[in-house]
Amino acid sequence: MPVETLDDGRKRIRAPLSDEDVGQLKAGDVVLVSGVMYAARDAAHKRLIEMLDAGEELPFDPTGQIVYYVGPTPERPGHVIGSAGPTTASRMDKYTPAMLDLGLKGIIGKGGRGPVVRDALKEHTAVYMAALGGGGALAALQIRSQKVIAFGELGPEAIREMEVEDLPVWVVNDCEGADFYSKAVAPWRKNDLLPEEFRLPAQA
Amino acid sequence: MGEVREVDAAEITRAVRDLCIEINYTIPEDMVAAVKRAREKEESPVGRQILDLLIRNQDLAAQGEYPYCQDTGSTVVFIDVGQDVHITGADLEDAINEGVGQGYTEGYLRGSIVGDPVFERKNTGNNTPAFIHTRVVPGDQITLKVDAKGGGSENKGRHAMLKPSDGLEGVKSFVLRTVAEAGPDACPPGIIGVGVGGNFEYCAMLAKRALVRKVGQPNPDPRIAELEADLFEKCNALGIGPQSLGGTQTVLAVHVETMATHIASLPVAVNIECHAHRTGTKVI
Repeated sequence: MPVETLDDGRKRIRAPLSDEDVGQLKAGDVVLVSGVMYAARDAAHKRLIEMLDAGEELPFDPTGQIVYYVGPTPERPGHVIGSAGPTTASRMDKYTPAMLDLGLKGIIGKGGRGPVVRDALKEHTAVYMAALGGGGALAALQIRSQKVIAFGELGPEAIREMEVEDLPVWVVNDCEGADFYSKAVAPWRKNDLLPEEFRLPAQA
Repeated sequence: MGEVREVDAAEITRAVRDLCIEINYTIPEDMVAAVKRAREKEESPVGRQILDLLIRNQDLAAQGEYPYCQDTGSTVVFIDVGQDVHITGADLEDAINEGVGQGYTEGYLRGSIVGDPVFERKNTGNNTPAFIHTRVVPGDQITLKVDAKGGGSENKGRHAMLKPSDGLEGVKSFVLRTVAEAGPDACPPGIIGVGVGGNFEYCAMLAKRALVRKVGQPNPDPRIAELEADLFEKCNALGIGPQSLGGTQTVLAVHVETMATHIASLPVAVNIECHAHRTGTKVI
């Protein structure tokens, strides 16, 4: 089953994901990612889009899949991978709508996304999730296997097929347009201590 | 003037190599303590969970198998060379870069530097070149301070040439806006390095140097210390919290450094360091 709800309310997902699967993931949900995902960051995305523009076949089929924005450290002998936490997602904003066009259903990174990506997630029924930024050592423990499948010359920016087990992430932008960061921060803002330009409307 | 002391460049290489490896696995004690303090003060349950995870990440990295973060940083090297030192055997910058290359290769650290910014963007493979800041100081010692600076938080830094009439309130507003706009992208909670004054380039350098001060140590000038305390309170009042999931602990410290400036100018620079604060010092 691609989406499984655990007793504690967390959800476990496994690609490939359908529109119905994605529809079950709501902003703020804690999700454990298992199964296959594809590691790709800045330089790999640039190349993927160039390949698309040239009408070439991509090194993996994004349909229903999850992409993880990560550039790991080199693995030590006997280890599957080095540290492998997420990188800032907004740098991929330029490339994301084209990837969603191809059927990509899940993205994992860290940080906020721009309005174009948030709209594209809605339009294509896809979801953006954040992993623990700066938690690279912990993330490494959840990765069971990895192999470079394209652009090996890019080193840490090569495309990797990874198998993970229960990598914890938060749903930031769901397919209905909700943004968890803005929702999460507002109740904690102390308007009385801040100049006017930083005050947020009081919570309903 | 003392006697000239000869220092073999190989000693510098070794010190840089060792520092690169040490700091990427072992977060310094002052930062560990700052994260623990934040854990005690954080009011948001989710924020506390995040800080617990960061403490676990520190502990795991300190075992020496996995670097604290996969972004093992650009290598920023502050080197103060005593004017009575004569370096032999190699050029100073070559010796430093040799140490960076050895450290990143032997320490299984990620090469995160591309050789040019807009053409090939080809990874140099061993994280060289370092960003080196050299000062000549009195004495016959060499002090090396290395900071492995994460790119995500670095990207959220800002620099502005304010008007003198913007004054202290203008400076505060600029710092707060930078922290607010960085939001989740800079992996909060972190350290906010602020430079005020100087000229265009000195101001940025003040902000960078502010990051490597002992975490939370106030500026010795009481007026600046007061500014730091005020900015600390206001940054945390933004409610961004750990990982921007909401909370009371958005920054672990605000460090401000100031300098004389031109009668027409009020430069301000903000450099953000995430919780992956990897810095260390060696004296030769």
